[in-house]
Amino acid sequence: MTISIAAPKKMIELSVDGQPVRVFEGSTILDACRMLGVETPTLCYGDTLTPVNVCRVCVVEVEGARTLVPSCSREAEEGMVVHTDSERVRLSRRLVLELLGSSVDLSTAPEALAYIEEYGANPSRFGPEAARVEHEIKIDNDLYVRDYNKCILCYKCVSACGEDHQNTFAIAVAGRGFDSHISTELDVELPESACVYCGNCIAVCPTGALMSKAEYDKRVAGTWDPENENVVTTVCPYCGVGCNLELHVQDNEIVNVTSPHDHDVTEGNLCIKGRFGYEFVQNRPKH
Amino acid sequence: MAIDAVLGPADATSSRTARDDRTHRHMLLPALRAAQQRVGWVSEGALGYASRRLRVPPADAYGVATFYALLSLEERPADVTHVCTDLSCALKGATVGPGEHASPCLGLCERAPAKYRTIAGPEPHEEQIPAESPPLHQREGLRLLKRIGAGVDPESLDAYVAAGGFASLARARELGAEAVLQQIVESRLLGRGGAAFPTGVKWEAVARQPAQPHYLVCNADESEPGTFKDRVLMEQDPFALVESMTIAALATGSTQGYIYVRAEYPLAHKRLQNAIDRTTELRDGFEIELRIGAGAYVCGEETALFQSIEGFRGEPRNKPPFPVEVGLFGKPTAVNNVETLFNVLDVVAEGGEEFASVGTEASTGTRLFCVSGCVERPGLYELPFGATLRSLLELAGSAAPKAVLLGGAAGAFVGPELLDLPLTYEDTRAAGVTLGSGVVIVYDEQSDLVAALLRIAEFFRDESCGQCVPCRVGTVRQEEALHRLAAGRPHPDELATLAEVAQVMRDASICGLGQTAANAVASAITNLGVFAA
Repeated sequence: MTISIAAPKKMIELSVDGQPVRVFEGSTILDACRMLGVETPTLCYGDTLTPVNVCRVCVVEVEGARTLVPSCSREAEEGMVVHTDSERVRLSRRLVLELLGSSVDLSTAPEALAYIEEYGANPSRFGPEAARVEHEIKIDNDLYVRDYNKCILCYKCVSACGEDHQNTFAIAVAGRGFDSHISTELDVELPESACVYCGNCIAVCPTGALMSKAEYDKRVAGTWDPENENVVTTVCPYCGVGCNLELHVQDNEIVNVTSPHDHDVTEGNLCIKGRFGYEFVQNRPKH
Repeated sequence: MAIDAVLGPADATSSRTARDDRTHRHMLLPALRAAQQRVGWVSEGALGYASRRLRVPPADAYGVATFYALLSLEERPADVTHVCTDLSCALKGATVGPGEHASPCLGLCERAPAKYRTIAGPEPHEEQIPAESPPLHQREGLRLLKRIGAGVDPESLDAYVAAGGFASLARARELGAEAVLQQIVESRLLGRGGAAFPTGVKWEAVARQPAQPHYLVCNADESEPGTFKDRVLMEQDPFALVESMTIAALATGSTQGYIYVRAEYPLAHKRLQNAIDRTTELRDGFEIELRIGAGAYVCGEETALFQSIEGFRGEPRNKPPFPVEVGLFGKPTAVNNVETLFNVLDVVAEGGEEFASVGTEASTGTRLFCVSGCVERPGLYELPFGATLRSLLELAGSAAPKAVLLGGAAGAFVGPELLDLPLTYEDTRAAGVTLGSGVVIVYDEQSDLVAALLRIAEFFRDESCGQCVPCRVGTVRQEEALHRLAAGRPHPDELATLAEVAQVMRDASICGLGQTAANAVASAITNLGVFAA
């Protein structure tokens, strides 16, 4: 538990969908929505990341504002009147999902698929000839696979690799417009880049564009079985930092390792050893 | 090496600290531009060297380099010609020859069709084609344009002073910052870049900010298709921009100024740099740095412009916070368009109230109009606010137009029934259109409006920064729908879908680019009945 020595924050009051809510100054509209239990879709928002407000699926209507505003980054203000379920908001959310669904493979993006269902979005409305993001699947190392056909450009991996967490800066957005894509320097393969294989990008990817090689191989082989997955909590054995680990186990085999986002030490991050160094556990001597 | 010429010699002792990382990244675009000017492209070696010198992560530097259309990361000939295929040049039959590159509007619309040529080498050469700027067709009633074509040498400080230059700055120093702010507020001057924000409100907000330093940025990234007014002002009267920026700096308490000019204006670069170099003493400690873009319309969006100066990709920031609080390098910043700043000279010279006596109650002063397309005398015109579109078109010599595009690609088409529209902020707003950056492109009976819509859609698809979904994908879907409509093979609900995409781009995009990317197309469909069944 971190003890804050900052001056106590002022409370402000606003209204969301007609309900009054009090939040600390500096909170976002999304914080206020969640405090009230008002469901708000998010894709590029990450609870451990600085909001970049690029996906626009969390937009809400604020009375007096010319355009809709991103609830994930817009600070709540005293007296603000927010609507999250107006016709205008629903249209924007639905269409943003349709634009994404028509250009990107969302087949391994459970949240996006659920929102598409919820908002009645129909990504095929733009026709079969609608341009799609097209990239070769990048399998250039033993630890993870990058399939940018599934990338919605939420910037989460860039933030996690860069200044929000890892400070490695191995990847950035390159290109412009519809051709924008996540890239290493000069688009070199991962082993040639600054990547340190912490896998913190995989941990934040909401669409499965970044995936552990173990999961990818199982999906290809048809043995991926998330329904029968157990999560075992433990502490990383490698050093004294004390990172909590969640071992995702399918058929008595570790398939992924994550760390809880609310863990003070990691905030969901791990290093290459914690994330991928689990083979010894299941490497049983054969008699 | 070309990069060292921009960054200074490599010094092992000074570039090792984290503090330097933060202070030097802003030199990334100038460094990449220097490499490209020297050899014609940004090689792997040049990119790596710039990253190391400036301590920018190589992936970041690559992301920045690939953002700008004029930077090439592939080897190409030293001599490159960019052919404008945008609205005004298309009306004048622009064609892209073998080996030439198609380009969005080059801001040479009054001499369409136009080209921009760059020749890399030890002494890089850049030229606008045609090179000659046609004379103004108007001599009466000029305020902002009064020195242009009046025999004042734009490269001579003495000539500028002899023509009354720097009298406004002297007057501003007599008045002091507070009184200058007062005059600007009383003038009710509205920004001329497109958004029409009150200049006085902006300046006061910056002046009152406790955070230091304050920055003054002149937005000269004029890239709205059909706009060339700021280029003419910078090329023909560069000292006036320096003078007005110095007044703005005084009023807003800024010690550092930047002029961000698009790359395609080499003559403006040369004359502005000359004007900056010759006025060091007159500016009395206020520094001005010329920054040059690299082919990105979106960098004319004020927060994208900051990102670009700071050495990041030109991706607009979400607002709020607004630049007056958190602007360039996170500090309070006043951003003003070139034409807006030119108005400041008259406001200070004659007083805000006197300035406001020209024009209408809500739109004070005069306005520059960039007239091009199907007219006999394309060029820059200056009229007091309130003049009608008809009177402007008569000056430029237009036979009965079929349609007029007001405000550029982000503006709106109007039909002949709106010829008596008074050109003011309030009247255009009431008519659901915009003056924008003063673009007036005239289409006659023979013009192909569908081709114009396709070019506009292509423009926004190309120029979207790609950051937010509504604009990144919406501009692509808009273009696809227009191609189907143009081919006569639309989807069953095509126009309804297009209208939804338009509304969501307007409602949910981060910046003005996405928010206006559907305007012209939507206006052609509703105002002109293009694609009506």
